[in-house]
Parts: sequence; C-alpha cells; structure tokens
Amino acid sequence: MLFPVYWMVNASLQPNGTTLETSWLPLKPDFTGYATAIREQGGNLGTSLVISLGSVALSLAIAAPAAYALAYFKVRGAGIVLFAILISQMIPGIVVANALYTAYNDLGLLNSIPGLILADSAHGIPFAILIIRAFMNGMPASVIEAARVDGAGHLRAFWSIVLPLSRNSLITAGLFTFLFAWSDFLFALTLTTTEAVRPVTLGIFQYIGAYVNDWSSVMATAVLASIPAIILLVAAQKYIAAGTAGGAVK
Amino acid sequence: MSLSTDLSQATPPNGKPGAGKAGVRKPGSGLAGDGSGATAPAPRRRTRQSRERLFQWLFLVPAVVYMALFFGYPVVKNVVMSFQDYTTATFFTGEAPWVGLANYAKVLSSSLFSTSLLNTALFTIGSIAGQFVIGLALAIFFQRKFPLNGILRSLLLLPWLLPLIVSSAVWRWILDKDSGALNRFLGDLHIVDTGVPWLTSTSLALIAVVGVNIWIGIPFNLTILYGGLQEIPDELYEAGSLDGATGWKAFRHITSPMLRPVVSVVLVLGVVYTLKVLDIILGLTNGGPANSTQTIATQSYALSFQEFKFGEGAALGNILVIISLVFAVLYLRASRRAVDE
Repeated sequence: MLFPVYWMVNASLQPNGTTLETSWLPLKPDFTGYATAIREQGGNLGTSLVISLGSVALSLAIAAPAAYALAYFKVRGAGIVLFAILISQMIPGIVVANALYTAYNDLGLLNSIPGLILADSAHGIPFAILIIRAFMNGMPASVIEAARVDGAGHLRAFWSIVLPLSRNSLITAGLFTFLFAWSDFLFALTLTTTEAVRPVTLGIFQYIGAYVNDWSSVMATAVLASIPAIILLVAAQKYIAAGTAGGAVK
Repeated sequence: MSLSTDLSQATPPNGKPGAGKAGVRKPGSGLAGDGSGATAPAPRRRTRQSRERLFQWLFLVPAVVYMALFFGYPVVKNVVMSFQDYTTATFFTGEAPWVGLANYAKVLSSSLFSTSLLNTALFTIGSIAGQFVIGLALAIFFQRKFPLNGILRSLLLLPWLLPLIVSSAVWRWILDKDSGALNRFLGDLHIVDTGVPWLTSTSLALIAVVGVNIWIGIPFNLTILYGGLQEIPDELYEAGSLDGATGWKAFRHITSPMLRPVVSVVLVLGVVYTLKVLDIILGLTNGGPANSTQTIATQSYALSFQEFKFGEGAALGNILVIISLVFAVLYLRASRRAVDE
C-alpha cells in the first residue's frame, strides 16, 4: 500500500541523469532534484499556499456562522440548505468548471488568485458546514443560553462562546479545506490559461504531460506537494479521523 | 444526518400568522377561521422576534449565496449552454445561437459516447468493487488488537490525503513501460521478459487506471468501515459465539447485517465520487491510448476545454449529472435509512 509513497521519496533523492535504472534504495541521497523542483516550481508552490490559505479563511468565514445557524436556530429552510449541501456533492466538478469558465471570462476572474480561492472553496464550504454543524449539535445549548441571558448579543455569543468551544471542529474543517484547495487540479486546469497564476498541481501535470526524462525533479516536486498531507497526518491524526468519519456519515 | 428531527422541532411562532410551517401549528387546536389574531403576539414582541429571525438568517445568507453561485448557477448555466451553440466565437461575438437538442444528438450519436459510457461503467464498478473488498478486509484485519495498529492504520490514510495529481505522477512512473518499478520488479522475478505497456496499451490502460483508483480509494473505505465495525457491540459476538457462531458464520449473521447502513453509504458515496473522477485519468493517460480510458467526465472536459465546444461539453456534463442524480436519490434513501435504523 505504501510502496508508491516510498518510491516517490526514494526517486526524489536519486541523482538526475539519463539512467533508466533507479536504485531501490537512496543510498547516496542527491538533492539536485529538489533544487530543480524549487527553482522551477517554487513560485507555483507559493501560489498554491496563498490560494489554500485564502480558501481556508473564506470557507471558515462562510461555513462557521452557517453551521451555527443550522445547529441552533432551527431556521425555516434549514432542511433545504442541508439538502442542497448533499446534492452539491453529486455535481461533477467539470460541470461547475464549464459554467465558471464562461462567467469568469466575463468577470475577468480567469488567471486570478481570488478566482481560484472562490472556486476551490466549493470543496471546502459544504464539507466545513457539515463537520462544524455535527460538532455544534453536540454542544450544550445551556452555555449559549446562559450567555444570552447575561445580555450578550447573537454576534457576541457566537464570537466569544461558540467559536472558542468549537475550536476542534474548526481546526478539522480548516485542515481539510486547506488540503482540498491544495490538491485541486480541475479548477487550476480549467480556470487558468497562462502561467501568471499556476498552482503546483498544474505544474506537476505539465511536467508529466511533456516527455519526462528527469523523474527525480518531478518526484521532488511531488514530495513537496505532499508536505501538507504529511503534516496533516503526523500533526493532526485525531482531526483526520474525526473529519473522515464526520464528512461521510454524519 | 438528522434532517427529520431538525424539521420536527417546532419553530417558534414568528409573528406572521399563516406564514409558519404547516407542522408548527397543531391542527384542531380550537382556533376558528384562519386562526390569526387569537395568538398574535404583542407588537413589541413581534418586532423583536422578527429581528431575531432576521439575525438568524444573516448567519446563513453567505453560505446560501455561495452555494447558489457555485453550485446552483453552474447547473442552470450548463443546462442553458447545452441548448446553445456555445464555442470560442461566443467569447468574441457574445452570440450563442439556440440549437435545441442538437448538442445532445451530436454527443449521443458520436461513436465515442458508447465507448466512454462503457468505460465509465467499468471504471466505476471496478474501482468500487476493489476499494470496498480490500477496504473491508483491512478493516476486519485492523479489528484485532496488535502493536502499532493505530499508527499503521493512519499511515494507510496517506494515499487518500495526497493530491490526486501527485498520485497520478508517481503511478505514471511506476507503471512506465521501460523504466517503471513494476516492470522491473516483474522482470527481476522473471515473470515477464519485456516491459508490459501498462498505460500505453489499449487493452491494459483501463485496468491500470482502475488499479490506481482502487489504491486511492482503499483508505476511505477502510476508515469508514472500520468505524462501522467499532460500533457493533462486543456482546453480540459473545452471544453469537455461545450459539456457535464464530468466524465466517459470525461475519454473515452479525457483522454483515449490522454493517449494512454504513456499507450502503460507503458504496453510494463511492459511486458518486468515482463517476466524476477526472484528475487520475487525465494524469495517468489523458483518456488515451485511443480513447481506451475516456470516461464521460474526461470526454466532457475534452469537449469543453480542448475542442472549445462548450455546448457539447455541457450536454455531456448534464448527462453525467443525471446519472449521478440517480445515485444521489439512492444515497439519500440509504443515509436516511441509516439514521432511522
């Protein structure tokens, strides 16, 4: 199961060159692949980082209040919103991209970072709403009621009581939103046409689209592009378990 | 997902008689006529409550607007585009003449459609079957307590967390005919003499792509199914073993029925996600060789963004949406049943 991951790391540490035979072990680690990767893809990695962070900020700003409303207020239409979220998961990205391309073209949002942040949040926002709402459902209502009785307004109760209490679910949602945006390929592929704004996923695609004779640089880029996933796995195990289960079943 | 419980919780009267949800006011509660007036709250309370309600909506509005713009609008726009001759020229002239069902006719009658429909079916069925069977086997395996269980289980999540295009790139090389690790491995074992063209042969490419997609999907299946298995109380197995139900018998009579709700959710989610897979196929084969890995999703992409026939691309995209919707209905029924049980 983990061999491909090993192979990626192994190959990224092999010396460049025309040799067809990559040794099974990186006995003589060589970092030229990484040097090339950073030289050629460093900017793209930066672009991905900006887009992903932007997408996390946007997703949480939109999803957290919505999740609160859905969990607490019993708003009329809450069922419809949840239903829409479920249905939205069934819409193929290519359909969204097809329509966004023409709209973005008119709005001048093609090849722009805000454009990609907005589009990439399409993965994050519905997911974040579900995760945060599932958590808030389990939060004791009495805490909020107490704050309200003490005269806190809705905004204040939300900001200084609900959000701090939901920290874990916000982190979970944020981490996954980051990963979704970081991994996005379809919107990068369709909504950018020049090199001005190019996430690293698209950079890799162009690497492997051309005839590849320098696999160690490609694999080095792949390793660099995997860092968020690896950090997530190492640093945030419990959040992942919560997210995987929460996103699918709850 | 407790949709029904949310709805059944009585919404407080909002001060607008007659506008409330039908279920809120109990029928036959003794009110004559339309019931207005009798229960109308004092004006001050009314404004406070409608302000309250306005506030509640404000929390939801950004999400609703976003969902409308990035899911609602694309669906509507795609339907409109699919009836138009929408091409690159449209971007200059702004004209996209109506062509009725011509796009659908063209797409459906093209010889490529049956190929991609078949490929989509094979890709989806193959991926789901493989992911599910291996995921379930691993989930059952991880139920035993052994050292490193937790660490190993989370390490296995890695394939699922990696960006899909990264996985494609790695596999593309592993499966390479001349320098790929798989062929070298098979060669070293003397199973094959010459490199197998995994991704460049029309008969093998689809199998290879399905294999990679299985690899990607196993962690998700493993995690969800493992969670489902943990929910089954130990007492059931203890009671079962008293009746002689162990091993396969216990699996058939205890595990399998108890796991059914989770299984249905996993399978239908899997189908819906697999139907729209694009990254993996584009990264591995770009739909080739000779369209042998072209699916409806990749073909829709190719029509819109490589041939710039946005109308036809939209038509094909809509066909994919309809196929997904069939499964969406199944999913909703499955998840509702999962909650009820």
